[in-house]
Amino acid sequence: MARAFTPKVLTANALLEGDVVYLDAQGHWTRDHLKATLIEDEATADIRLLEAQAQGHEIVGAYLADAKAGPDGPEPIHFREAFRTRGPSNYAHGKQAAGPDEELQL
Amino acid sequence: MYAYSDFDRDFLAERNAQFRAQVERRIDGSLTEDEFKPLRLMNGLYLQLHAYMLRVAIPYGTLNAGQMRQLAMIADRWDKGYGHFTTRQNIQYNWPELRDVPDMLDALGEVGMHAIQTSGNTIRNVTADHFAGAAAEEVADPRPIAELIRQWSTDHPEFQFLGRKFKIAVTGSDQDRAVTAAHDIGLRLVERDGQLGATVLVGGGLGRTPMIGKTLNEFVGLDDLFPYLEAIVAVYNLLGRRDNKYKARIKITVHENGIEEIRRRVDAEFPARKAAFNGADMALLEEIEADFAAPAFEEGQGAFPTHYQHDPVFRSFVDTNTSAHRHPDYAILTVSTKAHGATPGDATSDQMRVLADIAAQYAHDELRISHEQNVILPHLPKRHLPAVHAALAEAGLATANVGLISDIIACPGMDYCALATARSIPVAQEIAQRFEALKLEHEVGPLKIKISGCINACGHHHVGHIGILGLDRAGVENYQITLGGDGGPDAVIGERAGPGLAYDEVTDAIERLVRAYLDIRQDASETFLETYRRLGSAPFKAALYPEEKANAA
Repeated sequence: MARAFTPKVLTANALLEGDVVYLDAQGHWTRDHLKATLIEDEATADIRLLEAQAQGHEIVGAYLADAKAGPDGPEPIHFREAFRTRGPSNYAHGKQAAGPDEELQL
Repeated sequence: MYAYSDFDRDFLAERNAQFRAQVERRIDGSLTEDEFKPLRLMNGLYLQLHAYMLRVAIPYGTLNAGQMRQLAMIADRWDKGYGHFTTRQNIQYNWPELRDVPDMLDALGEVGMHAIQTSGNTIRNVTADHFAGAAAEEVADPRPIAELIRQWSTDHPEFQFLGRKFKIAVTGSDQDRAVTAAHDIGLRLVERDGQLGATVLVGGGLGRTPMIGKTLNEFVGLDDLFPYLEAIVAVYNLLGRRDNKYKARIKITVHENGIEEIRRRVDAEFPARKAAFNGADMALLEEIEADFAAPAFEEGQGAFPTHYQHDPVFRSFVDTNTSAHRHPDYAILTVSTKAHGATPGDATSDQMRVLADIAAQYAHDELRISHEQNVILPHLPKRHLPAVHAALAEAGLATANVGLISDIIACPGMDYCALATARSIPVAQEIAQRFEALKLEHEVGPLKIKISGCINACGHHHVGHIGILGLDRAGVENYQITLGGDGGPDAVIGERAGPGLAYDEVTDAIERLVRAYLDIRQDASETFLETYRRLGSAPFKAALYPEEKANAA
């Protein structure tokens, strides 16, 4: 039996600002991980990644990151991805400065 | 200080114009990221975890006030009002936007600075002793040689596609504050029969395979030094492995081929290189040396002795943060960027301007950045120390902790770095705050803690008296402790103490280690490292892992 697929979000950095972005259900890039689309099957994930790799005019370094469904939208699993939703821990810079996801704790 | 010639200025202007066009072509879609990435890396531009990062070289750590003010201006105009001084005498801006980077590079060019070869598989920014030209015990100022290395290596056509990055450090002192033994090439200036030359170390490096550099040549005279350097890099360029990134550094080339074989090949390569240089390097060096002439030192100590005698806070600051200068009426002042709880190496634009003003007003217009992420006033007349101390205190820069437990080296770690496997900065912050709360660090004395957030070891954890390495163990941050490392002239790689610790266990573990040291040291004059060398790792491991000791009992 095939191994169970861990759901994913598709993430990258924005070309101009470098900010972390996620693919949403409409196929646009959002800066808010809660608005990302949670991809539940491997075939879709592979296709979305290929599509993203053709969007180098908007984003850089697209990859699939493990995620899980949360009450408000997809949430990261690995701590690195959790940091990417927030920003650094030494200053309130990055996404946490704008602050839609301050409730997210490690 | 070296002042840019017309050649330097023209070269930089052309290079920056090229990069501006490359950025435009990336944004308009003419260049893919695969095409653009090597171009941006050659100009110091990384893409990190949350944003781009621009790494700017501060060659051999030397700055003047005008350059420091420009770094502050860049931080305000194109970043978030601060910069991060790194362990390789660079400054990093953590939040630039791609469109702004060409303007930032032009602004750097205005003050004779650049970001060239701060990344990529090239000869990187050359580093040197941060007390160069000022230290009492120095044989010679290493900076003229370092500047000539910068000129020789910048855009060197043969060395733009090395197998891997290549780092050179130079010291003119037997104290070796430049960690030369942990560099691809380390140069230690020495005198023999009245002639200046260098002991050449090769194949040192930290990272996943830490190695102490081996002596390739006990003495290379100055006349031969540049062709000799070029011969080494040329041998490495052809002999070094390109099949495996992790085996591509020269330390592996030396390890696999043996130092004798490297020496044989370098000696074989040398004559042709020497002939090609034809003495041009020495003519250039002579010009450069004039730029690094010592300032005209002023006699007298003014009210310094009185202040020193009557103000205990000032006395502690002077005792902890100054070092012996070659002139008896001067001090070398290290300004700590590590106020307890601050991010090691970070300075706000306001702090940069305060440092620039002090350098201009009191200290012969010179500043240095150390690999330990502090800022140095290398030529400070003692009579100005009270005024400088007051100005620094007002700017939050008068922390008297240089060389103590809270003077921690920490890489940016997973708060910024795309390569990191765990955070470094908050670990450093918490340790510093703990020992400040305990009011223990002056009693503990000299102790170097160095923290890296991944195996690449930018935080030099292998040569920390206590090293901390942050790893990802099954999706959780985990920290390995190493003990007994030393980055000095007789460099030693620290020994791994045992199993890793959880993020929230690190500070308690460090406190246990330090309390164990206080219990077992012979007296207050025996440092942590000396106690470790006398007694070995056993008592320290027992303090780190008390439950194992309990289980064994």
